[in-house]
Amino acid sequence: MTTVDLVPDMDDSLASRAKWAVVDSWTVVLQELTHLVRQPSTFAWQLGFPIVMVLMFVYVFGSAMDVSGQGAGEGYLDYAMPGLFAMTMAFGFMNTAFAVALTKEKGFIDRFRSMPMASSAVVTGRGVADIIHATVDLTILVVIALVLGWRPGGSLGDTLAAFALLLWLRLALIFVGIQLGLLVKNSEMAGNLFALAFPFGMVSSVFAPPDLMAGWLGAIAAWNPVSSTAGAIRELFASPAVPSGYWIEEHATTAAVIWPAVILAAFLPLAVRRYQRLSR
Amino acid sequence: MSRSEYAVVADGLRKRYRDTVALDDLHLAVPRGTVYGLLGPNGAGKTTAVRILTTLVRSDGGRAEVAGYDLRTQARLVRRRIGLTGQQTAVDDSITARQNLVMFGRLFHIGKEAARRRAGELLDQFGLADAADKAPKTFSGGMRRRLDLASSMILAPEVLFLDEPTTGLDPAGRREVWQQVGKLAAAGTTVLLTTHYLDEADKLCDRIGVIDHGRNVVEDTPDGLKRRIGNERLEVVAAEPGDLAQITELLNKAAASGREATVDSTGLAASVAVSDGVLALTEVAVELRERGITVADLGLRRPTLDEAFLHLTEGAK
Repeated sequence: MTTVDLVPDMDDSLASRAKWAVVDSWTVVLQELTHLVRQPSTFAWQLGFPIVMVLMFVYVFGSAMDVSGQGAGEGYLDYAMPGLFAMTMAFGFMNTAFAVALTKEKGFIDRFRSMPMASSAVVTGRGVADIIHATVDLTILVVIALVLGWRPGGSLGDTLAAFALLLWLRLALIFVGIQLGLLVKNSEMAGNLFALAFPFGMVSSVFAPPDLMAGWLGAIAAWNPVSSTAGAIRELFASPAVPSGYWIEEHATTAAVIWPAVILAAFLPLAVRRYQRLSR
Repeated sequence: MSRSEYAVVADGLRKRYRDTVALDDLHLAVPRGTVYGLLGPNGAGKTTAVRILTTLVRSDGGRAEVAGYDLRTQARLVRRRIGLTGQQTAVDDSITARQNLVMFGRLFHIGKEAARRRAGELLDQFGLADAADKAPKTFSGGMRRRLDLASSMILAPEVLFLDEPTTGLDPAGRREVWQQVGKLAAAGTTVLLTTHYLDEADKLCDRIGVIDHGRNVVEDTPDGLKRRIGNERLEVVAAEPGDLAQITELLNKAAASGREATVDSTGLAASVAVSDGVLALTEVAVELRERGITVADLGLRRPTLDEAFLHLTEGAK
């Protein structure tokens, strides 16, 4: 029936299994990247919303907003761009959830799990692919920001640190996405997660300083992890300072490191457990 | 037959989800090289059985061996010897058919080069060579399912599990899939399939196990199953409604002992169970001619598997 030598690797030692866990993850990553190469329009669809948002805020609402205390609209571009970067990372968990739900719905997770491959590769491959995807997202947004006239004001090291903080947030949210993607019934329901993502991304310091919001809302916005990342990278990009009335905003950089760590500590075990429970 | 002659053996499998019992003491023994059909209504436990046998979920009780290995303790060994084509078509629509197969080949750990060669071989075998470098989203349902089947045949598995392989396909697609499954079976692959299409089970399977409520109801060959619900029926469709009384009288004379003719809801067709079909047919035909009655149709009908199935699952309740 076949002329190909079909002897799979039969070595079940720990070393061999560790090797295959890495190789299999990479195979899954390559499959995901092939999608992006074959369908670059994916980026247009996924980035369309944040881009429209930033244009609206910078040119429609921003002109009325006094974030720097120097008059309406002054310095708003420098305020909003880091916010846009952080919001895009925050919304990223939806992409993960949608991809995981689709993989499940299409029977891929079942087939993968019935195969002799490392079953962890489904999760790790997804994570690596999402980080690569997020890096491309950020690159596109930075180019748009530069075209609009935004410039990072900090050193090269500060700028790189800012992007590291953004990807750190995205990494933590991958596991939120995996957990939700495994939890929902199908990809259609994963699409509805936008109802969750929208307030998570928007009730924050992304487009407006919490100081300008009503007291209770401002507190929620200030303590939102997205605000911490946005605040931290504003400092690293040396954006003009804005008035801030919350303790956590004064410690944005620390918060931008700790918040994702907290999310990771909560959702990594949850996602792993949910994945293992597929066999129950 | 010794145990090793069975590709799949299940002893008293049990599985419960919250308050529904999916499997309740299920037994299976599928001889190597045969095609076995698990037949049952929705919710009978067919998919749960396949999910347990393909290592996807653990049973709550009972034990099972697939390709000679224990499911609980030797799952990794089992996975190298089985293929699964699940209810959903697990085909990546936005990469090419060939890229799909190469990806699965690499995940089966046969190496990059072998994965590439095996992909080419399977594309030929499953009649997809012309579409090899196109994305499956442009394929017909039958083609996508064939690619799906090819993906589960990478390692030329000993046992192939097909969970409702033709659900949602048009008649042409179903024929394509049946043809491929027939070829795989002829080449010696043991196939365990689930279906609720009786013609599918009839056409493909050597043996059929009817299950309901997670339990075995009956197991037999397709012909045996049909025999179980009894005799052939002689059916006459009257040309004129007025002749029906006479026709019924003739049928009653030809009937198997203790059986009586019934008239269907159209009021034109009457039928009765007969013990010797050909003899009854001849007698009735001759009588009809002598009486000068013309009929629209006259024939012997074997019970369909649908009838057998309803009969058997009704009886099990």
